[in-house]
This record gives sequence, C-alpha cells and structure tokens, in this order.
Amino acid sequence: MNFRMIIENINYIGAMILFVIGLYTVLTHSNLIKKIIGINIMETSIFLFFVSIGYRKGAAAPIYESISGEGFFVNPLPAALMLTGIVVAVSITAFSLSIVIKIHEAYGTIEMDEIIKIRSVESDE
Amino acid sequence: MKKIFTFAILGGLLLVLLSSISEIPPLGEEKNPSYNEISEYYVTESVQDTGAKNIIAAIITDYRAFDTLGETTVLFTGIAAVSAMIGISHHKGKKEDQEHHG
Amino acid sequence: MDDLFVKLTTRMILPFIQLYGVYVILHGHLSPGGGFSGGAIYAASIVLYTLAFGLEKGKERMPHEISSKIETGGILVYVLVGLSGIFLGYTFLTNIEAGFPIGTFGKVLSAGLIPVVTFAIGLKVMSTIVTLFHTMLEEES
Repeated sequence: MNFRMIIENINYIGAMILFVIGLYTVLTHSNLIKKIIGINIMETSIFLFFVSIGYRKGAAAPIYESISGEGFFVNPLPAALMLTGIVVAVSITAFSLSIVIKIHEAYGTIEMDEIIKIRSVESDE
Repeated sequence: MKKIFTFAILGGLLLVLLSSISEIPPLGEEKNPSYNEISEYYVTESVQDTGAKNIIAAIITDYRAFDTLGETTVLFTGIAAVSAMIGISHHKGKKEDQEHHG
Repeated sequence: MDDLFVKLTTRMILPFIQLYGVYVILHGHLSPGGGFSGGAIYAASIVLYTLAFGLEKGKERMPHEISSKIETGGILVYVLVGLSGIFLGYTFLTNIEAGFPIGTFGKVLSAGLIPVVTFAIGLKVMSTIVTLFHTMLEEES
C-alpha cells in the first residue's frame, strides 16, 4: 500500500521474496548442485521469517546483564526453536551431496538433461 | 513458452504470500499474540531456576533439554547415512563397458 | 594446493581460531553462542588445515579412529549426565533439584549441568563436520 508499511515490515517481505527466488532456482536450472543450493535458500528464508516474529520495538537482546533496568526483552522462544531446524538443514544438505557423488560415479555427468537422455537410451536397448 | 508459464505461476505464488502477510500484526508491536505467558515465565523466572545469564542457552539445555538430545541423534543419523552411502561402489558396471568396447 | 602464502597464513592464524572456538563453547551460558556455533568454529580450523596442506597431512592430524571415538563420547556424556538424575531419585535430565551446584552468578563454573551439556554438544558438532569432510574427500581419490 503506502511506502511506510513496506519499510516497517521489511523482514517478512524479504523472507517471502527469498522463498520464491529459491523455488525458481530449484525449478529452472538443470545442474544438480544448483538445485541443492536452491533448497538451502528456501530453508534460510523460513528461519528469517520465524525468528523475526518475536521482535519487540525498543527491546534488548535476551542476555540478562545487557540492560540496566528497562525490563523489555525480545521473545527468546522462536529463536530457541529454530536451532533445531538449522541442524536438520545441515544434515539434509550433507546427505544429498553424497547422493550427487554417487550419481556422478554411475553416469559420468551431473546435468539433468544428459542423465535423462542416457537413461532413455539404456531403456530402449 | 515454458519460461512464461513458470514466471506466471511464481508471480501468483508471490502475490498470495504477500497478501497473507498483510493480515498479521506489523513487526515489533507490543500486543503480539506470540508473547504469551510461557515467554513471560521464561524471561522472569529463568535466573532463579538455573542461574545462567543467557536465556536462550537456559531454554535449550535446561527447560527443553530432551529436544536437544533428539537433535544430536539427527546429526548422528545423518553421518551414519553418509558413511553407508559412500561404501557402495559402481565399478562393476564400468568394467563391463570397457570389456564390451575393447 | 601448493601455494606458499596460503600455507604461511594458515600456520600463523590457526591457534587463534581454535582459541576463539574454545572460548565460545566454554562461555555458552554467559554470552551469545553456545554449543553449536562453538563446535562449528573449531571444526572450521581443521577444515582450513586440510585444504591448505593436502589430504594426507590432514588425516594425520585427525585420523578416523580418534574422530569417531570423540563423536560417540559426546553423546554418551550427555546420556550419562541425564541418567544421573534418575539414579538420584528424580526425573531424567533434572538440573538443580537433583543437587547439582548452582554456584555464584556470572562465573564460568556455575548453573548446574549447563556447562557439561554445552561441552558435549560442542564435541559432537566438531567431530561430525570433520568426519563428513574427510569422508567426502577420500571418496574421490
């Protein structure tokens, strides 16, 4: 709508734009490693969206000594939940990269178009 | 043709996501519905219960330590899967191809 | 790689990265950080050493048996600390009620079993990243 609302909610809008950019990367490129990078970008955008739900204006970070009597802390609960998500994302990236190593050993290439051609020639014989 | 179709669908998805953002309360408001009594309890009572300065460290290692144990299991399962995957070898297929051509 | 500047810079800068990683792990309950980020910083130093000096010297520094024993040791320390709450009569993974000392506010050795759990998580994450890197590089040769 107006310009001020876009500047205020820039975290949410940035997270949604990153999600669509990641989805475009997965669907369009034919190299397998670029698809894995696209999945990583989508996961990062969801972490950004979830952690910025707990923000309060004029509050301090949730460490007990860094304020001197104001009494407002940022909500610590969504940040603690997203630590588990980051570990799951690292595990999925590692496992899918090892699958790409095995595909390269079996077919000799990592482009999706050439793999489909090799498989269709093999099934015709 | 395919590219125009892809752009149209992704543009429609972006419009749906942006229009559902305008329904939630703006960033940093005081009366956020995600700030309920559980977060109040964690912020005010964690120093007396645990004695740690970092509230997030007290949450993930004392109040919800069982979830951190499950997450450590996920790391262990990931590395077991990678080690099992690397052990498979495809060299039998390549040797048959070389004998066929030669 | 066989570059002289990379080897010289790596040899100069490596102890500082490891010292910073150990600092972030040990002060997990006093300043931002904790087990996961401290373990990742320490693992980054060993990955840098393997990248600069080659695979054989990297496997000499951290051979496969030692890293797998550190990894299983991390989970075992976590589970044994949790089981000690059951042996003392309370539920699994209790902190202050089961008698762990709470100490003074703001020192390193305080807050019950939080430093022990953070240290176990740091060991686990460090050995996971190093083992993954060495397994994937060894496959290629």
